[in-house]
Amino acid sequence: MDITSRFGKRLLAFFNYMGAVSVLFYQTLFWMFTSRIRKNHILDQMNKIGVSSLPIVLLTSMFTGIVLALQSAYQMQKISATLYIASLVALSMTRELGPVLTALVVAGRVGASITAELGTMKVTEQIDALETLAANPIQYLVVPRFLATVIMLPLLTVYADFIGMFGGYLVGVYKLGISHSIYIRMTYEPLMFKDIFSGLFKSVIFAIIISIIGCYEGFRTEGGAEGVGRSTTLSVVISFILIIASDCLFTAIFYFAF
Amino acid sequence: MIEIINICKSFEDHLVLDSLNLTIQAGETMVIIGRSGCGKSVLLKHIIGILKPDSGQVIIDGNDITRMSEKELNNLRLKFGMLFQGAALFDSLTIGENVGFSLKERRYDEAAINSRVKECLAMVGLKGIDDLKPSELSGGMRKRAGLARAICTNPQIVLYDEPTTGVDPIMADAVNELIIELHKRLNITSIVVTHDMVSAYKVATRVAMLYKGKIIEVGTPEEIKNTKNPIVHQFIKGLAAGPITEEG
Ligand SMILES: Nc1ncnc2c1ncn2[C@@H]1O[C@H](COP(=O)(O)OP(=O)(O)OP(=O)(O)O)[C@@H](O)[C@H]1O
Ligand SMILES: [Mg+2]
Repeated sequence: MDITSRFGKRLLAFFNYMGAVSVLFYQTLFWMFTSRIRKNHILDQMNKIGVSSLPIVLLTSMFTGIVLALQSAYQMQKISATLYIASLVALSMTRELGPVLTALVVAGRVGASITAELGTMKVTEQIDALETLAANPIQYLVVPRFLATVIMLPLLTVYADFIGMFGGYLVGVYKLGISHSIYIRMTYEPLMFKDIFSGLFKSVIFAIIISIIGCYEGFRTEGGAEGVGRSTTLSVVISFILIIASDCLFTAIFYFAF
Repeated sequence: MIEIINICKSFEDHLVLDSLNLTIQAGETMVIIGRSGCGKSVLLKHIIGILKPDSGQVIIDGNDITRMSEKELNNLRLKFGMLFQGAALFDSLTIGENVGFSLKERRYDEAAINSRVKECLAMVGLKGIDDLKPSELSGGMRKRAGLARAICTNPQIVLYDEPTTGVDPIMADAVNELIIELHKRLNITSIVVTHDMVSAYKVATRVAMLYKGKIIEVGTPEEIKNTKNPIVHQFIKGLAAGPITEEG
Protein backbone atom coordinates (compact mmCIF):
# COMPACT_ATOMS: atom_id res chain seq x y z
CA MET A 1 0.00 0.00 0.00
CA ASP A 2 2.71 2.38 1.06
CA ILE A 3 4.91 1.54 -1.90
CA THR A 4 2.11 1.81 -4.41
CA SER A 5 0.94 5.13 -3.04
CA ARG A 6 4.45 6.50 -3.09
CA PHE A 7 4.88 5.24 -6.62
CA GLY A 8 1.57 6.82 -7.52
CA LYS A 9 2.74 10.14 -6.13
CA ARG A 10 5.94 9.97 -8.15
CA LEU A 11 3.96 9.17 -11.26
CA LEU A 12 1.61 12.05 -10.60
CA ALA A 13 4.56 14.40 -10.07
CA PHE A 14 6.02 13.22 -13.35
CA PHE A 15 2.81 13.92 -15.25
CA ASN A 16 2.49 17.28 -13.55
CA TYR A 17 6.01 18.15 -14.63
CA MET A 18 5.44 17.03 -18.20
CA GLY A 19 2.19 19.00 -18.25
CA ALA A 20 3.93 22.17 -17.15
CA VAL A 21 6.69 21.62 -19.69
CA SER A 22 4.12 21.06 -22.44
CA VAL A 23 2.40 24.30 -21.52
CA LEU A 24 5.68 26.14 -21.95
CA PHE A 25 6.16 24.38 -25.29
CA TYR A 26 2.73 25.43 -26.56
CA GLN A 27 3.25 28.98 -25.34
CA THR A 28 6.57 29.05 -27.16
CA LEU A 29 4.91 27.91 -30.38
CA PHE A 30 2.15 30.46 -29.84
CA TRP A 31 4.56 33.37 -29.42
CA MET A 32 6.72 32.11 -32.24
CA PHE A 33 3.86 32.32 -34.71
CA THR A 34 2.05 35.37 -33.37
CA SER A 35 4.80 37.87 -32.77
CA ARG A 36 7.64 39.31 -34.71
CA ILE A 37 10.72 37.18 -35.02
CA ARG A 38 13.85 38.70 -33.47
CA LYS A 39 16.36 37.88 -36.14
CA ASN A 40 19.36 39.28 -34.28
CA HIS A 41 18.58 37.36 -31.13
CA ILE A 42 18.15 34.14 -33.05
CA LEU A 43 21.41 34.59 -34.95
CA ASP A 44 23.15 35.38 -31.70
CA GLN A 45 21.78 32.23 -30.08
CA MET A 46 22.57 30.13 -33.16
CA ASN A 47 26.12 31.25 -32.82
CA LYS A 48 26.24 30.46 -29.09
CA ILE A 49 24.39 27.17 -29.37
CA GLY A 50 25.56 25.82 -32.69
CA VAL A 51 28.84 27.26 -33.86
CA SER A 52 30.57 27.07 -30.53
CA SER A 53 29.41 23.50 -29.93
CA LEU A 54 30.88 22.34 -33.22
CA PRO A 55 34.42 21.44 -32.02
CA ILE A 56 33.29 19.21 -29.17
CA VAL A 57 30.60 17.59 -31.31
CA LEU A 58 33.16 16.83 -34.02
CA LEU A 59 35.62 15.45 -31.52
CA THR A 60 33.05 13.18 -29.90
CA SER A 61 31.69 11.79 -33.13
CA MET A 62 35.13 11.29 -34.68
CA PHE A 63 36.20 9.14 -31.76
CA THR A 64 32.90 7.34 -31.72
CA GLY A 65 33.32 6.46 -35.40
CA ILE A 66 36.81 5.15 -34.77
CA VAL A 67 35.79 3.14 -31.73
CA LEU A 68 32.74 1.76 -33.50
CA ALA A 69 34.87 0.54 -36.41
CA LEU A 70 37.52 -0.97 -34.17
CA GLN A 71 35.05 -2.73 -31.91
CA SER A 72 33.09 -4.20 -34.76
CA ALA A 73 36.29 -5.21 -36.55
CA TYR A 74 37.03 -7.38 -33.53
CA GLN A 75 33.77 -9.25 -34.12
CA MET A 76 33.62 -9.13 -37.89
CA GLN A 77 37.12 -10.53 -38.38
CA LYS A 78 35.96 -13.79 -36.83
CA ILE A 79 33.41 -14.27 -39.57
CA SER A 80 35.59 -12.57 -42.22
CA ALA A 81 33.08 -9.85 -42.84
CA THR A 82 35.23 -6.80 -42.18
CA LEU A 83 33.87 -5.19 -45.36
CA TYR A 84 30.55 -4.62 -43.66
CA ILE A 85 32.12 -2.35 -41.10
CA ALA A 86 31.60 0.54 -43.48
CA SER A 87 27.87 -0.04 -43.66
CA LEU A 88 27.63 -0.69 -39.96
CA VAL A 89 29.35 2.57 -39.09
CA ALA A 90 27.28 4.52 -41.60
CA LEU A 91 23.97 3.16 -40.36
CA SER A 92 24.77 3.37 -36.67
CA MET A 93 26.02 6.92 -37.01
CA THR A 94 23.09 8.30 -39.00
CA ARG A 95 20.33 6.39 -37.30
CA GLU A 96 21.48 6.42 -33.74
CA LEU A 97 24.82 7.61 -32.50
CA GLY A 98 25.06 10.86 -34.46
CA PRO A 99 21.75 12.27 -33.22
CA VAL A 100 21.96 10.92 -29.68
CA LEU A 101 25.56 11.75 -28.91
CA THR A 102 25.23 15.22 -30.40
CA ALA A 103 22.09 15.79 -28.36
CA LEU A 104 23.76 14.64 -25.15
CA VAL A 105 26.79 16.83 -25.74
CA VAL A 106 24.59 19.83 -26.56
CA ALA A 107 22.33 19.15 -23.57
CA GLY A 108 25.36 19.20 -21.31
CA ARG A 109 26.79 22.30 -22.86
CA VAL A 110 23.89 24.38 -24.09
CA GLY A 111 21.00 23.15 -21.94
CA ALA A 112 23.06 23.86 -18.85
CA SER A 113 24.04 27.33 -19.99
CA ILE A 114 20.47 28.23 -20.96
CA THR A 115 19.26 27.20 -17.50
CA ALA A 116 22.10 28.96 -15.72
CA GLU A 117 21.50 32.18 -17.66
CA LEU A 118 17.73 32.25 -17.27
CA GLY A 119 18.00 31.04 -13.69
CA THR A 120 20.33 33.89 -12.81
CA MET A 121 17.96 36.31 -14.50
CA LYS A 122 15.11 34.86 -12.48
CA VAL A 123 16.78 35.13 -9.08
CA THR A 124 18.02 38.66 -9.77
CA GLU A 125 14.48 39.69 -10.78
CA GLN A 126 15.49 40.41 -14.37
CA ILE A 127 12.62 38.23 -15.61
CA ASP A 128 10.19 40.26 -13.49
CA ALA A 129 11.77 43.41 -14.85
CA LEU A 130 11.25 42.16 -18.38
CA GLU A 131 7.55 41.78 -17.65
CA THR A 132 7.25 45.23 -16.15
CA LEU A 133 8.83 46.61 -19.31
CA ALA A 134 5.98 44.98 -21.20
CA ALA A 135 8.15 42.39 -22.91
CA ASN A 136 6.97 38.80 -22.68
CA PRO A 137 9.74 36.57 -21.28
CA ILE A 138 8.69 33.65 -23.45
CA GLN A 139 8.75 35.72 -26.59
CA TYR A 140 11.94 37.53 -25.65
CA LEU A 141 13.97 34.70 -24.11
CA VAL A 142 12.52 31.30 -24.97
CA VAL A 143 11.59 31.69 -28.63
CA PRO A 144 15.09 32.65 -29.87
CA ARG A 145 16.73 29.85 -27.87
CA PHE A 146 14.13 27.36 -29.01
CA LEU A 147 14.44 28.26 -32.69
CA ALA A 148 18.21 28.37 -32.58
CA THR A 149 18.43 24.93 -30.98
CA VAL A 150 15.89 23.41 -33.36
CA ILE A 151 17.82 24.74 -36.34
CA MET A 152 21.34 24.07 -35.10
CA LEU A 153 21.04 20.63 -33.52
CA PRO A 154 20.11 18.84 -36.78
CA LEU A 155 22.91 20.70 -38.54
CA LEU A 156 25.39 19.63 -35.89
CA THR A 157 24.05 16.11 -36.25
CA VAL A 158 24.78 16.13 -39.98
CA TYR A 159 28.36 17.14 -39.23
CA ALA A 160 28.60 14.46 -36.55
CA ASP A 161 27.34 11.81 -38.98
CA PHE A 162 29.96 12.71 -41.56
CA ILE A 163 32.84 12.94 -39.17
CA GLY A 164 31.83 9.69 -37.48
CA MET A 165 31.86 7.95 -40.85
CA PHE A 166 35.20 9.54 -41.56
CA GLY A 167 36.54 8.07 -38.29
CA GLY A 168 35.32 4.67 -39.40
CA TYR A 169 36.92 5.23 -42.79
CA LEU A 170 40.31 5.91 -41.17
CA VAL A 171 40.15 2.60 -39.33
CA GLY A 172 38.75 0.65 -42.27
CA VAL A 173 41.16 1.92 -44.87
CA TYR A 174 44.35 2.47 -42.91
CA LYS A 175 44.11 -0.22 -40.29
CA LEU A 176 42.06 -2.98 -41.84
CA GLY A 177 43.22 -2.44 -45.41
CA ILE A 178 39.82 -2.11 -47.07
CA SER A 179 40.22 -0.26 -50.35
CA HIS A 180 39.11 3.36 -50.54
CA SER A 181 36.50 2.89 -53.24
CA ILE A 182 34.94 -0.18 -51.67
CA TYR A 183 34.73 1.51 -48.29
CA ILE A 184 32.99 4.53 -49.77
CA ARG A 185 30.58 2.35 -51.71
CA MET A 186 29.81 0.19 -48.71
CA THR A 187 29.10 3.38 -46.80
CA TYR A 188 26.56 5.05 -49.04
CA GLU A 189 24.93 2.08 -50.73
CA PRO A 190 22.98 0.75 -47.75
CA LEU A 191 22.10 4.27 -46.58
CA MET A 192 18.53 5.11 -47.41
CA PHE A 193 16.61 8.30 -47.12
CA LYS A 194 14.67 6.98 -44.16
CA ASP A 195 17.87 6.33 -42.19
CA ILE A 196 18.97 9.90 -42.52
CA PHE A 197 15.48 11.24 -42.05
CA SER A 198 14.81 9.26 -38.88
CA GLY A 199 18.10 10.46 -37.41
CA LEU A 200 17.36 14.09 -38.17
CA PHE A 201 13.78 13.78 -37.03
CA LYS A 202 15.00 12.52 -33.70
CA SER A 203 17.47 15.36 -33.42
CA VAL A 204 14.63 17.86 -33.88
CA ILE A 205 12.79 16.16 -31.00
CA PHE A 206 15.96 16.29 -28.90
CA ALA A 207 16.39 19.98 -29.70
CA ILE A 208 12.87 20.66 -28.45
CA ILE A 209 13.62 18.75 -25.26
CA ILE A 210 16.93 20.52 -24.61
CA SER A 211 15.67 24.05 -25.18
CA ILE A 212 12.30 23.72 -23.46
CA ILE A 213 13.64 21.87 -20.42
CA GLY A 214 16.55 24.34 -20.24
CA CYS A 215 14.20 27.33 -20.26
CA TYR A 216 11.63 25.73 -17.99
CA GLU A 217 14.18 24.89 -15.32
CA GLY A 218 15.62 28.38 -15.65
CA PHE A 219 12.24 30.04 -15.11
CA ARG A 220 11.56 27.79 -12.14
CA THR A 221 14.79 28.67 -10.38
CA GLU A 222 14.46 29.98 -6.87
CA GLY A 223 16.91 30.77 -4.10
CA GLY A 224 20.06 32.52 -5.26
CA ALA A 225 23.28 31.01 -6.56
CA GLU A 226 22.58 27.68 -4.91
CA GLY A 227 19.23 27.50 -6.66
CA VAL A 228 20.85 28.25 -10.01
CA GLY A 229 23.29 25.39 -9.44
CA ARG A 230 20.50 23.06 -8.48
CA SER A 231 18.30 23.83 -11.46
CA THR A 232 21.25 23.63 -13.87
CA THR A 233 22.03 20.11 -12.71
CA LEU A 234 18.37 19.22 -12.85
CA SER A 235 18.05 20.58 -16.37
CA VAL A 236 20.91 18.42 -17.65
CA VAL A 237 19.73 15.30 -15.84
CA ILE A 238 16.14 15.65 -17.02
CA SER A 239 17.21 16.40 -20.59
CA PHE A 240 19.44 13.32 -20.61
CA ILE A 241 16.66 11.09 -19.35
CA LEU A 242 14.11 12.47 -21.79
CA ILE A 243 16.54 12.26 -24.70
CA ILE A 244 17.33 8.61 -24.00
CA ALA A 245 13.68 7.74 -23.36
CA SER A 246 12.36 9.49 -26.45
CA ASP A 247 15.17 7.98 -28.48
CA CYS A 248 14.00 4.56 -27.43
CA LEU A 249 10.40 5.44 -28.26
CA PHE A 250 11.11 6.89 -31.71
CA THR A 251 13.57 4.18 -32.64
CA ALA A 252 10.87 1.64 -31.89
CA ILE A 253 8.31 3.60 -33.87
CA PHE A 254 10.62 3.90 -36.87
CA TYR A 255 11.58 0.26 -36.59
CA PHE A 256 8.04 -1.04 -36.60
CA ALA A 257 6.40 1.55 -38.82
CA PHE A 258 8.90 1.86 -41.66
CA MET B 1 -6.59 55.47 -9.05
CA ILE B 2 -5.27 52.21 -7.64
CA GLU B 3 -7.50 50.20 -5.33
CA ILE B 4 -6.14 47.19 -3.55
CA ILE B 5 -9.03 45.23 -2.11
CA ASN B 6 -8.68 42.41 0.37
CA ILE B 7 -5.64 40.79 -1.18
CA CYS B 8 -4.14 37.74 0.47
CA LYS B 9 -0.90 36.13 -0.58
CA SER B 10 1.04 33.33 0.96
CA PHE B 11 4.17 31.50 -0.08
CA GLU B 12 3.77 27.87 0.84
CA ASP B 13 2.30 28.27 4.32
CA HIS B 14 3.84 31.63 5.09
CA LEU B 15 1.11 34.28 4.94
CA VAL B 16 2.67 37.52 3.69
CA LEU B 17 -0.32 39.69 2.78
CA ASP B 18 -3.43 39.18 4.87
CA SER B 19 -6.60 40.82 3.49
CA LEU B 20 -4.75 44.00 2.75
CA ASN B 21 -6.66 47.11 1.65
CA LEU B 22 -5.18 50.32 0.31
CA THR B 23 -6.34 53.02 -2.07
CA ILE B 24 -3.94 55.27 -3.87
CA GLN B 25 -5.35 58.38 -5.53
CA ALA B 26 -4.21 59.45 -8.97
CA GLY B 27 -1.36 61.94 -8.72
CA GLU B 28 -0.39 61.25 -5.14
CA THR B 29 2.87 59.94 -3.79
CA MET B 30 2.15 57.09 -1.43
CA VAL B 31 5.03 55.96 0.73
CA ILE B 32 4.83 52.45 2.14
CA ILE B 33 6.90 51.77 5.21
CA GLY B 34 7.34 48.62 7.21
CA ARG B 35 9.89 46.26 8.65
CA SER B 36 12.25 44.27 6.53
CA GLY B 37 10.55 41.14 5.26
CA CYS B 38 7.01 42.34 5.97
CA GLY B 39 5.99 42.11 2.32
CA LYS B 40 6.51 45.57 0.84
CA SER B 41 8.20 44.30 -2.30
CA VAL B 42 5.57 41.60 -2.62
CA LEU B 43 2.87 44.27 -2.43
CA LEU B 44 4.51 46.31 -5.20
CA LYS B 45 4.71 43.24 -7.41
CA HIS B 46 0.98 42.72 -6.97
CA ILE B 47 0.26 46.26 -8.09
CA ILE B 48 2.05 45.72 -11.39
CA GLY B 49 0.72 42.19 -11.77
CA ILE B 50 3.95 40.19 -11.66
CA LEU B 51 2.55 38.30 -8.69
CA LYS B 52 -1.04 37.17 -8.55
CA PRO B 53 -2.88 37.30 -5.22
CA ASP B 54 -4.40 34.13 -3.77
CA SER B 55 -7.58 36.14 -3.36
CA GLY B 56 -8.68 39.76 -3.65
CA GLN B 57 -8.50 42.40 -6.36
CA VAL B 58 -6.14 45.04 -7.62
CA ILE B 59 -8.12 47.63 -9.55
CA ILE B 60 -6.29 50.14 -11.67
CA ASP B 61 -8.40 52.90 -13.21
CA GLY B 62 -11.45 50.66 -12.91
CA ASN B 63 -9.90 47.49 -14.36
CA ASP B 64 -9.20 44.46 -12.23
CA ILE B 65 -5.71 43.38 -13.21
CA THR B 66 -5.92 40.04 -11.44
CA ARG B 67 -8.38 38.94 -14.11
CA MET B 68 -6.57 40.29 -17.12
CA SER B 69 -5.05 38.23 -19.91
CA GLU B 70 -1.34 38.43 -20.52
CA LYS B 71 -1.90 40.71 -23.52
CA GLU B 72 -4.14 43.19 -21.69
CA LEU B 73 -1.72 43.21 -18.80
CA ASN B 74 1.14 43.96 -21.16
CA ASN B 75 -0.74 46.90 -22.60
CA LEU B 76 -1.53 48.20 -19.15
CA ARG B 77 2.10 47.92 -18.13
CA LEU B 78 3.01 50.52 -20.70
CA LYS B 79 1.60 53.00 -18.16
CA PHE B 80 3.92 51.71 -15.45
CA GLY B 81 7.53 52.13 -14.52
CA MET B 82 9.13 50.10 -11.79
CA LEU B 83 12.40 50.40 -9.97
CA PHE B 84 13.38 47.07 -8.44
CA GLN B 85 14.99 46.77 -5.06
CA GLY B 86 18.06 45.17 -6.61
CA ALA B 87 17.80 47.35 -9.75
CA ALA B 88 17.36 44.18 -11.89
CA LEU B 89 19.28 45.58 -14.83
CA PHE B 90 19.73 43.12 -17.70
CA ASP B 91 23.36 42.18 -17.41
CA SER B 92 23.68 41.10 -21.01
CA LEU B 93 22.86 44.64 -22.18
CA THR B 94 24.70 47.93 -21.74
CA ILE B 95 23.31 50.64 -19.47
CA GLY B 96 22.12 52.58 -22.50
CA GLU B 97 20.31 49.55 -23.90
CA ASN B 98 18.83 48.86 -20.48
CA VAL B 99 17.42 52.35 -20.12
CA GLY B 100 16.12 52.44 -23.68
CA PHE B 101 14.76 48.89 -23.52
CA SER B 102 11.06 49.65 -23.63
CA LEU B 103 11.45 52.33 -26.25
CA LYS B 104 13.28 49.87 -28.44
CA GLU B 105 10.58 47.26 -27.82
CA ARG B 106 8.08 49.84 -28.98
CA ARG B 107 10.21 50.41 -32.05
CA TYR B 108 11.07 54.04 -31.61
CA ASP B 109 13.75 55.17 -33.99
CA GLU B 110 17.36 54.98 -32.90
CA ALA B 111 17.93 58.73 -32.61
CA ALA B 112 14.85 59.31 -30.47
CA ILE B 113 15.84 56.46 -28.15
CA ASN B 114 19.38 57.78 -27.84
CA SER B 115 18.39 61.28 -26.90
CA ARG B 116 15.80 60.08 -24.39
CA VAL B 117 18.31 57.67 -22.82
CA LYS B 118 20.86 60.47 -22.45
CA GLU B 119 18.23 62.72 -20.92
CA CYS B 120 17.14 60.09 -18.37
CA LEU B 121 20.67 59.17 -17.40
CA ALA B 122 21.46 62.84 -16.90
CA MET B 123 18.41 63.18 -14.64
CA VAL B 124 19.79 60.53 -12.28
CA GLY B 125 23.32 61.94 -12.43
CA LEU B 126 24.87 59.28 -14.63
CA LYS B 127 26.18 61.05 -17.69
CA GLY B 128 28.33 59.24 -20.23
CA ILE B 129 28.05 55.68 -18.97
CA ASP B 130 25.78 54.40 -21.74
CA ASP B 131 28.28 51.87 -22.98
CA LEU B 132 29.19 50.27 -19.67
CA LYS B 133 27.75 46.95 -18.57
CA PRO B 134 25.80 46.78 -15.27
CA SER B 135 28.57 44.66 -13.74
CA GLU B 136 30.93 47.63 -14.14
CA LEU B 137 28.81 49.91 -11.95
CA SER B 138 28.62 50.31 -8.19
CA GLY B 139 25.46 49.31 -6.35
CA GLY B 140 24.23 52.88 -6.03
CA MET B 141 24.91 53.60 -9.69
CA ARG B 142 22.97 50.53 -10.68
CA LYS B 143 20.07 51.67 -8.56
CA ARG B 144 20.06 55.01 -10.33
CA ALA B 145 20.35 53.37 -13.74
CA GLY B 146 17.33 51.28 -12.74
CA LEU B 147 15.54 54.49 -11.87
CA ALA B 148 16.40 55.94 -15.27
CA ARG B 149 14.99 52.82 -16.93
CA ALA B 150 11.79 53.07 -14.88
CA ILE B 151 11.06 56.64 -15.94
CA CYS B 152 12.32 56.44 -19.51
CA THR B 153 8.89 55.90 -21.06
CA ASN B 154 7.20 58.75 -19.17
CA PRO B 155 4.96 56.37 -17.23
CA GLN B 156 1.85 57.59 -15.42
CA ILE B 157 2.46 55.35 -12.43
CA VAL B 158 5.92 54.72 -11.01
CA LEU B 159 6.72 52.13 -8.36
CA TYR B 160 9.94 52.68 -6.48
CA ASP B 161 11.31 49.86 -4.34
CA GLU B 162 13.72 51.51 -1.90
CA PRO B 163 15.02 54.16 -4.28
CA THR B 164 17.49 55.63 -1.80
CA THR B 165 18.90 52.45 -0.26
CA GLY B 166 22.55 51.98 -1.13
CA VAL B 167 22.79 55.48 -2.57
CA ASP B 168 24.98 58.06 -0.82
CA PRO B 169 23.16 60.79 1.17
CA ILE B 170 23.78 63.54 -1.36
CA MET B 171 22.61 61.42 -4.24
CA ALA B 172 19.73 60.15 -2.09
CA ASP B 173 18.49 63.68 -1.71
CA ALA B 174 18.80 64.20 -5.45
CA VAL B 175 16.70 61.07 -5.97
CA ASN B 176 14.10 62.46 -3.57
CA GLU B 177 14.07 65.72 -5.52
CA LEU B 178 13.62 63.75 -8.72
CA ILE B 179 10.65 61.87 -7.34
CA ILE B 180 9.09 65.13 -6.18
CA GLU B 181 9.80 66.84 -9.47
CA LEU B 182 8.29 64.03 -11.55
CA HIS B 183 5.29 64.13 -9.29
CA LYS B 184 4.85 67.90 -9.62
CA ARG B 185 5.76 68.36 -13.23
CA LEU B 186 4.04 65.35 -14.78
CA ASN B 187 1.49 64.62 -12.07
CA ILE B 188 2.73 61.06 -11.81
CA THR B 189 1.23 58.66 -9.31
CA SER B 190 4.09 57.30 -7.27
CA ILE B 191 4.33 54.46 -4.83
CA VAL B 192 7.54 54.50 -2.85
CA VAL B 193 8.68 51.69 -0.59
CA THR B 194 11.32 52.80 1.85
CA HIS B 195 12.88 52.39 5.27
CA ASP B 196 14.38 55.83 5.08
CA MET B 197 12.06 58.07 7.15
CA VAL B 198 13.76 61.28 6.04
CA SER B 199 13.03 60.40 2.46
CA ALA B 200 9.54 59.22 3.37
CA TYR B 201 8.57 62.54 4.98
CA LYS B 202 10.11 64.48 2.17
CA VAL B 203 8.42 62.87 -0.83
CA ALA B 204 5.15 61.61 0.61
CA THR B 205 1.70 63.05 0.20
CA ARG B 206 0.56 60.11 2.33
CA VAL B 207 2.35 57.39 4.25
CA ALA B 208 1.04 53.87 4.85
CA MET B 209 2.50 51.40 7.27
CA LEU B 210 2.47 47.69 6.48
CA TYR B 211 2.58 45.40 9.50
CA LYS B 212 1.77 41.70 9.74
CA GLY B 213 0.22 41.58 6.29
CA LYS B 214 -2.11 44.55 6.75
CA ILE B 215 -1.97 48.31 6.37
CA ILE B 216 -2.28 49.43 9.96
CA GLU B 217 -2.22 53.18 9.42
CA VAL B 218 -2.47 55.64 6.54
CA GLY B 219 -2.00 59.36 6.85
CA THR B 220 -0.16 62.49 5.79
CA PRO B 221 3.42 62.78 7.03
CA GLU B 222 2.17 65.13 9.78
CA GLU B 223 -0.45 62.64 10.92
CA ILE B 224 2.09 59.83 10.92
CA LYS B 225 4.57 61.87 12.94
CA ASN B 226 1.92 62.47 15.59
CA THR B 227 0.53 58.97 15.52
CA LYS B 228 -1.22 57.44 18.51
CA ASN B 229 -0.51 53.91 17.32
CA PRO B 230 2.38 52.56 19.41
CA ILE B 231 3.52 50.21 16.63
CA VAL B 232 3.82 53.02 14.09
CA HIS B 233 5.41 55.21 16.72
CA GLN B 234 8.09 52.65 17.46
CA PHE B 235 8.81 52.15 13.79
CA ILE B 236 9.14 55.78 12.75
CA LYS B 237 11.25 56.63 15.77
CA GLY B 238 13.39 53.56 15.17
CA LEU B 239 13.21 52.36 18.76
CA ALA B 240 14.58 48.97 19.77
CA ALA B 241 12.04 48.67 22.58
CA GLY B 242 8.32 48.72 21.87
CA PRO B 243 5.30 46.64 20.87
CA ILE B 244 6.86 45.35 17.62
CA THR B 245 9.88 43.81 19.30
CA GLU B 246 8.03 42.69 22.40
CA GLU B 247 5.75 40.45 20.39
CA GLY B 248 8.80 38.84 18.87
N1 LIG C 1 9.10 34.33 -4.41
C1 LIG C 1 8.99 34.09 -3.09
N2 LIG C 1 8.90 32.84 -2.62
C2 LIG C 1 8.77 32.59 -1.31
N3 LIG C 1 8.72 33.54 -0.37
C3 LIG C 1 8.81 34.83 -0.77
C4 LIG C 1 8.95 35.17 -2.14
N4 LIG C 1 9.01 36.52 -2.23
C5 LIG C 1 8.92 36.97 -0.97
N5 LIG C 1 8.79 35.98 -0.08
C6 LIG C 1 8.63 36.13 1.36
O1 LIG C 1 7.73 37.16 1.59
C7 LIG C 1 8.13 37.96 2.66
C8 LIG C 1 8.13 39.41 2.27
O2 LIG C 1 9.14 39.63 1.34
P1 LIG C 1 9.42 41.07 0.73
O3 LIG C 1 10.54 40.92 -0.23
O4 LIG C 1 8.16 41.65 0.23
O5 LIG C 1 9.90 41.88 2.00
P2 LIG C 1 10.17 43.45 2.09
O6 LIG C 1 9.13 44.02 2.95
O7 LIG C 1 10.31 44.02 0.72
O8 LIG C 1 11.56 43.46 2.86
P3 LIG C 1 12.83 44.40 2.60
O9 LIG C 1 12.52 45.68 3.23
O10 LIG C 1 13.93 43.68 3.30
O11 LIG C 1 13.03 44.49 1.13
C9 LIG C 1 9.48 37.46 3.10
O12 LIG C 1 9.31 36.76 4.32
C10 LIG C 1 9.92 36.52 2.05
O13 LIG C 1 10.54 35.40 2.64
MG1 LIG D 1 11.79 44.63 -0.40
